[in-house]
Amino acid sequence: MSPVLAGVLQLLALVAALGLSYRPLGDHMARVYSSEKHLRPEKWIYKAIGANPSVEMRWPAYLRGVLAFSAVSVLFLYLLQRVQGSLPGSLGFVSIDPDQAFNTAASFVANTNWQSYYGEQAMGHVVQTGGLAVQNFVSAAVGMAVAVALVRGFARSRTGELGNFWADLVRGTIRILLPISVIGALVLVACGAIQNFSGIHEVGQFGGGTQQWNGGAVASQEVIKELGTNGGGYFNANSAHPFENPTGLSNLFEIYLILVIPFALTRTFGRMVGSIKQGYAILGTMAAIWLGFTALMMWTEFAHHGPAFDIAGGAMEGKETRFGIAGSSLFSVATTLTSTGAVNSFHSSYTGFGGGLTMLGMQLGEIAPGGVGSGLYGMLIMAVIAVFIAGLMVGRTPEYLGKKIGTREIKFAACYILVTPALVLCFTAASFVLDTPANSMTNSGAHGFSEILYAFTSGANNNGSAFAGLNADTQWFNSTIGIAMLLGRFLPMVFVLALAGSLAEQKPVPETAGTLRTEKPLFTGLLVGTIMIIAGLTYFPALALGPLAEGLAA
Amino acid sequence: MNNSVGNTGRVLWAGLRALLVLTVVCGVLYPLAVTGVAQVAFPGRANGSEIEDASGKVVGSELIGQRYDLPLKDGEETPAPDLRWFQPRPSNGLGTNSVNTRYSIVLSGATNRSGDNADLIRWVTDAKAAVVEDNSTDGHRVKPSDVPADAVTSSGSGLDPHISPEYARLQVHRVAERNKLDVATVERLVAEHTDDRILGFIGEPRVNVLALNTALRDLVAKG
Repeated sequence: MSPVLAGVLQLLALVAALGLSYRPLGDHMARVYSSEKHLRPEKWIYKAIGANPSVEMRWPAYLRGVLAFSAVSVLFLYLLQRVQGSLPGSLGFVSIDPDQAFNTAASFVANTNWQSYYGEQAMGHVVQTGGLAVQNFVSAAVGMAVAVALVRGFARSRTGELGNFWADLVRGTIRILLPISVIGALVLVACGAIQNFSGIHEVGQFGGGTQQWNGGAVASQEVIKELGTNGGGYFNANSAHPFENPTGLSNLFEIYLILVIPFALTRTFGRMVGSIKQGYAILGTMAAIWLGFTALMMWTEFAHHGPAFDIAGGAMEGKETRFGIAGSSLFSVATTLTSTGAVNSFHSSYTGFGGGLTMLGMQLGEIAPGGVGSGLYGMLIMAVIAVFIAGLMVGRTPEYLGKKIGTREIKFAACYILVTPALVLCFTAASFVLDTPANSMTNSGAHGFSEILYAFTSGANNNGSAFAGLNADTQWFNSTIGIAMLLGRFLPMVFVLALAGSLAEQKPVPETAGTLRTEKPLFTGLLVGTIMIIAGLTYFPALALGPLAEGLAA
Repeated sequence: MNNSVGNTGRVLWAGLRALLVLTVVCGVLYPLAVTGVAQVAFPGRANGSEIEDASGKVVGSELIGQRYDLPLKDGEETPAPDLRWFQPRPSNGLGTNSVNTRYSIVLSGATNRSGDNADLIRWVTDAKAAVVEDNSTDGHRVKPSDVPADAVTSSGSGLDPHISPEYARLQVHRVAERNKLDVATVERLVAEHTDDRILGFIGEPRVNVLALNTALRDLVAKG
């Protein structure tokens, strides 16, 4: 079988697996977020929090919950790293410096998992398992909570109430992420991922003597890192490390974990707004972009244009033998079209166009299918914009899901789509005006520019993958990327929740013959076009200086 | 909306308590439970898939690639490969233990060099010349076009335990000559250690270098 055919079959297997879990998981999540009942362990948790999970919150209260929980999380994670040297179970690793500790804390709380530290050398059991892996769960649950709040905004009328943040946070963690993680972790261990607390220990080797391994709770962290679209590796090589991703099968399973919740949330959305077909239209948009990107990525990586790859006879630099070109391309597209940022192959060593695709995937706003929760709300914001553009074309007040998209709503949506590009482009430009950051680059020319553009794209979009030639452990990058991650995560959430509150207050508009049918393929086409035009207009000049210049020269 | 200090303080306090409870659930109970089950159900895999040679000595992990080099000689920066053994892929991206010098942990990492990077072009060119030279024996010439891409490029982890079947077959003549074995015997050994795609389409065909070299050494020892 040719590698290309095997790749296509793997893609089809992935589509089939995602298709099979779409309905049960999507419906389950809709029940989780709509149910009136509280499970017994959840009641204990609410008691410990001191929150009444049945109290409805308006958007400012919901937002205060999100921000308070996240602020406390950043502080806790920062302190945990700062005192690592004095904690038991830290394997003798020292405390993390302030700038790097801030960067890492911001990174994991913002669901980014950008890592300027060296996993196996820097973080012991306590910080990895008790700090970082916990944020993998809860930052994902926060993302889903905000998405569900927006969906409730569309579904509810004349109320302004969006649900209870604490209940959404706890339920997302306990009823969705934890059960899938337990099963998934065991699947990964069965494939060969390690799961132990043996710390640093000696193992024999072929040529005599011993080698030192860093053992840890890897599988349990790996699974939630993919499922929660987080991406922070236990080891420096992330999912390319054989202990994190041991076989071709585990590789396909990890790609499945990355995509399963973001896609299924469109079913949850359809259920909660009372029209499954509306969910299909959003799903269609996400799937079309994802499949298109995957096809382009496979094409450019198999074609392997680039001087070094021509000499080698293939673009295998930075890729593992067991995954090959196809398994690596599938993973890199999934990880950059969601907010995951885990890597099983190193994007910096992709072809010029391949590297550009990973960047463009993030620059679309990570909405195809996007991060858990953030993908859905990002896509719904794009849908609001698309409806608005369509409304302008025919001269009608735009409506979406029975809600008027008026001045107030479109302002929130516009603010949302401005935040991330502003962060990416301003910080990239600032880095090139200053002297020091430029010294951090490994590659020169167009690819060197791409390293820094990639870093801020990845940070502000909460992806976390890297063109890792960049030495990002400097005070400049630790602080600026840290700020970009926090603003890129929480400012958009403010606008999403404000929009949700404003929608929930409205009374529904009856559907008429002139209403744009947003459940039809025509709308899916309009939505894909809107996304491409917005991202294209925003980022084209920057992309032309980096990956396009590199790709065209090859 | 009440934005008084007291209220903000209450929300932060609730947030802290929520974080602590969820830390216990997701950061303590969950990993311990998974570790417990994994250690009972898959003890070998959960502890790193160690493999032993015929004498029962642990030679490493099935999953972690190793180097098969001669001892470092004076004046050399990098040790020369020990050509008796099948050689793995290059690993130019591995750093040194820089953060934690008290350990020498097995590190992982990629070169992160782009396709037009001068270092990478030089590494690939040099590696290709070396593969051609090392594997050409008196009766068997290797052509540059025979060298597969994985033989001259570094992997993502730098610890790739596998090489492609093409690269393994390319080394057969050399390995047979250095170990005074039949070419056919070594070819059979490579074939036995070649894994096809899982279910015929998942992943890529590959040869585990440590398993292959361990079997080779056992074979040579048996004479």
